[in-house]
Amino acid sequence: MRITCPLCGDRDSREFSIRGHETYLDRPAPDAGEAAWDNYLHLRDNPAGETAELWYHGAGCAAWLRVRRNTLTHEVLKVDLVRDLTGGDHAD
Amino acid sequence: MRIEGKGLIDRAHPVRFRFDGVSYGGFEGDTVASALLANGVRLMGRSFKYHRPRGVLTAGSEEPNALMEIGTGAARTPNVRATMQEIYEGLEARSQNRVGPLHRDLLSINDLFPGVLGAGFYYKTFMWPRAFWEKLYEPVIRRAAGLGALSGQPDPGRYEKAFAHCDLLVIGAGPTGLMAALTAARAGADVILADENARLGGRLLSETEEIGGKPSALWVADMLDLLRDTGNVRIMTRTTITGAYDGGTYGALERVGQHRPETPDLPLECFWRIHAGQAVLAAGALERPLAFPMNDRPGIMLAGAVRTYLNRYGVAPGRNITLFACNDDAHRTALDLIEAGIRVTAVIDSRADATAQGDYRLLAGAQVIHSKGRRALREITVRHKGRQDTILTDCLAMSGGWNPSVHLTCHMNARPIWNDRIKGFVPAPGAVPGLTAAGACAGIYATHACLTAGVDAAKTALKALGKSAPGVAVPAASDQTGAVQALWYVDGKGRAWLDFANDVTTKDIRLAARENFRSVEHMKRYTTQGMAPDQGKNSNMAALALLADATGRGIAETGTTTYRPPYVPVSISAMAAGAGGKGFAPERFTTSHAATVARGAPMIEAGLWYRPGYFPARGETTWRQSCDREVAMVRDAVGICDVSTLGKIDIQGPDAAAFLDFVYTNMFSTLKPGRVRYGLMLREDGHVMDDGTTARLSDTHFVMTTTTAAAGQVMTHLDFVHQALRPDLDVRFISVTEHWAQFAIAGPRSRDLLNSLLDSPIDGESWPFMACGPVSVHGVAGRLFRISFSGEHAYEIAVPARYGDALFRDLVARAETLGGGPYGMEALNVLRIEKGFITHAEIHGRVTAFDIGMERMISPGKDCIGKTASMRAGLTGPEREQLVGLKPVGAVKQLTSGAHLFEPDADPVRVNDLGYVTSVCFSPTFGTYLGLGFLKNGRARHGDTVKHVDHLRGLETLCEICDPVFFDPEGARVRG
Ligand SMILES: [Zn+2]
Repeated sequence: MRITCPLCGDRDSREFSIRGHETYLDRPAPDAGEAAWDNYLHLRDNPAGETAELWYHGAGCAAWLRVRRNTLTHEVLKVDLVRDLTGGDHAD
Repeated sequence: MRIEGKGLIDRAHPVRFRFDGVSYGGFEGDTVASALLANGVRLMGRSFKYHRPRGVLTAGSEEPNALMEIGTGAARTPNVRATMQEIYEGLEARSQNRVGPLHRDLLSINDLFPGVLGAGFYYKTFMWPRAFWEKLYEPVIRRAAGLGALSGQPDPGRYEKAFAHCDLLVIGAGPTGLMAALTAARAGADVILADENARLGGRLLSETEEIGGKPSALWVADMLDLLRDTGNVRIMTRTTITGAYDGGTYGALERVGQHRPETPDLPLECFWRIHAGQAVLAAGALERPLAFPMNDRPGIMLAGAVRTYLNRYGVAPGRNITLFACNDDAHRTALDLIEAGIRVTAVIDSRADATAQGDYRLLAGAQVIHSKGRRALREITVRHKGRQDTILTDCLAMSGGWNPSVHLTCHMNARPIWNDRIKGFVPAPGAVPGLTAAGACAGIYATHACLTAGVDAAKTALKALGKSAPGVAVPAASDQTGAVQALWYVDGKGRAWLDFANDVTTKDIRLAARENFRSVEHMKRYTTQGMAPDQGKNSNMAALALLADATGRGIAETGTTTYRPPYVPVSISAMAAGAGGKGFAPERFTTSHAATVARGAPMIEAGLWYRPGYFPARGETTWRQSCDREVAMVRDAVGICDVSTLGKIDIQGPDAAAFLDFVYTNMFSTLKPGRVRYGLMLREDGHVMDDGTTARLSDTHFVMTTTTAAAGQVMTHLDFVHQALRPDLDVRFISVTEHWAQFAIAGPRSRDLLNSLLDSPIDGESWPFMACGPVSVHGVAGRLFRISFSGEHAYEIAVPARYGDALFRDLVARAETLGGGPYGMEALNVLRIEKGFITHAEIHGRVTAFDIGMERMISPGKDCIGKTASMRAGLTGPEREQLVGLKPVGAVKQLTSGAHLFEPDADPVRVNDLGYVTSVCFSPTFGTYLGLGFLKNGRARHGDTVKHVDHLRGLETLCEICDPVFFDPEGARVRG
């Protein structure tokens, strides 16, 4: 599989490591309750088809990416910088 | 027999090689198979199960019979296809799978009992008694059945791995591929043209047809010039594309040095990963054998292969050649042979309406139903118009039509589609994203149509690449396709082989169907059809058709088995190239490495780092002697240890303190500049991730240290927390692990040593425990941290890495004048166990802050990563296994890490398990073994006795449970 990093370009997937579903972006408040934290930490769907995951470009620019891809075809549909999704600024 | 004036071999360059110890002559451009045929050698191997004599069947990489060992000794390679192996001066080839000489294989006795060895014989025959399987049946079967053998020694051959990138990968350099490559290259695309043969041309090298008014071989040579003229084409011959993978990635195996005598600077093979924007598959087609009774004798081969040997190699594989076919295409074999002056005894065509295309004897509506000849073909029996005739012949050229080479189009899960016109499977459109199948592999067989298909496929690829296509003229060429009849097998008396390599006959397929292995995948596994090195390239279609007939279904409905990479066998050595020994693993050396090695310290791996185990002194013969001395040296005087391998992360920005508050359980915003604090880091699931000290150099500047083991993990984590969770924080950080050389100076004389070194002396008041700040070392700006991992009065001094070597040597020399010296990992480990400090032996991923007695370090006044989850039920409380110290109290004095803990009178079995031991050492300070471990409700049990049991080493030791801090629990020395 290949991933196009918005900063580095088209790269082999071995430059990246995966963390899991994009759920990890939505960290609950400390008092959100057990169900919310259980969902955040442990409960994941296993979609046959499109999904959105967090990948880290560890052998590249150290950016966290959200990768929309299809688990059946392995097609990568869209790659975003997590910083752009969370409203973070860019290192210059 | 060599034919004068024919072939593309280089007659000016004769080559001598050996087969089974006999020397033969050939020419440059010959394969082992063509050269042996030229010498009249037809017996080239023995079959897998029945040890039947076998000759060459094909002229390509799909060869199932002529598999040989090439080379000698440790470097020999088994199962090399003689049809692909080019000869070179001094080549050594050996036949395989035989006992005794090839022409009198002692195991050919198996051939007398085919009933015993039929499909499923393993399952049926060797069921009982069970013990016999391992001791008797399997060794005997393994001895008798099989192909080539490895040398059993490490492969000394050289192999490489490489990467390539291109706009367009063209797979196959026949008429289709050549036109595709030229069209794309002229459009300015960066093209790789790969072909598994030694020269370009594909089938054109094997045929006598003309393209653009020229003999096809000349046209190919002209195309090669045109391709080179574009400057855009990388031509990779002897390169088989082995697999199609995600994202336009293709695997390829290049035979770099296998076709020449050993050349020290060339690898034997190179495994490529090619990343292509687009691909054109022009892999051609493979001819199908016909399954008639006794169709496996040397001398029976494919019609297309006969044309290849004749036209490409100038070799006639027989003197009286007969043809057996079910299609028009095969008839040109007879025409080519007659043209070359070879006698064609008859053309036997299964179609009643077949017509002769030249001056030869045609038996239309006839079939070959038997053959004879002990070591090679002597005669065949033909059924024709209700009669049976015998024809004396030494070579039978057979053709069941052609199968498009759809393999690569199926590597990403697509299934091929049945095409009734060509009686074969063709690729499903869009089977591999970005790949266009064209020409014969897509069921287009006429040469002119292939040339056109090549141009069109390139245009499709160019469009996807955003390039405009140039006009490329398609030269004049044959537009004949010819008709084909579906003839898969011929019934008659005797075995009819489908899978030559695995000795699977039509009877085996029928047996499988009768025993209800109706699924093609089940049939394959039951009969082993298609599981030999040719992966069923010669047999899948006929086996499938036979199964379809036997189960009353159509071929399309029966479906194919799954095509998987690699397309041809790939040696493990090629895929593992560069991974032997240390391979590509980087080695990280500290700045003190040279000085350390010079002192004779054995180095141990810590991740990619190399660190000294101990520094042997004169007269010391065991590591324990050195370790004990180094521990005492630190406790009594001063020791030097390189700690540069710990991760160092430089953190800066107005919100740096807030960021640390969020990633550490404890507070860092309250830390004063010039001070250091120990920090505990959790994962979001509430378990401990890492620990270490972080120094505050100014209001907005911190330096974090991580453990050596978790440096990468922590950096990844910090990046995630900042980018994903706390983008609001204005903070930047970067790893500076390599930028600073850092040394621990530990022991009661540490300050004396420093004051002999620093440009301005320090004292206890200006540098109390946990102080940090800038210092000047011989005029070099460094940093000093008063921290301790040994429990002693200690410092860590950091200087830019380029001064590390000099500083280490200086520190050690000064330490030695004070009765100290360097110490290694063994002593460091003893010192920290005596002091109860944890490492990743303890924080191994399943322990919580509570377990290690640090729950009070989770600050109540703020949120942090892992805080919420750390308070979940089950992660705290008496049921948890908690960190304890262990001291032996009984007769047995030894402890081992990995041992488990039980009540003294309990049976040491799993249900009674109370915990385990993570770290042990012999403490020279206390004169006893000490251990750290986790014990259920351990903190409430100090003073009790437990039984330490190591089942692996057969060790039982009674221990006293105690506080994990054995040495100086009040911390007086560290502050001293
Ligand atoms: Zn990147």
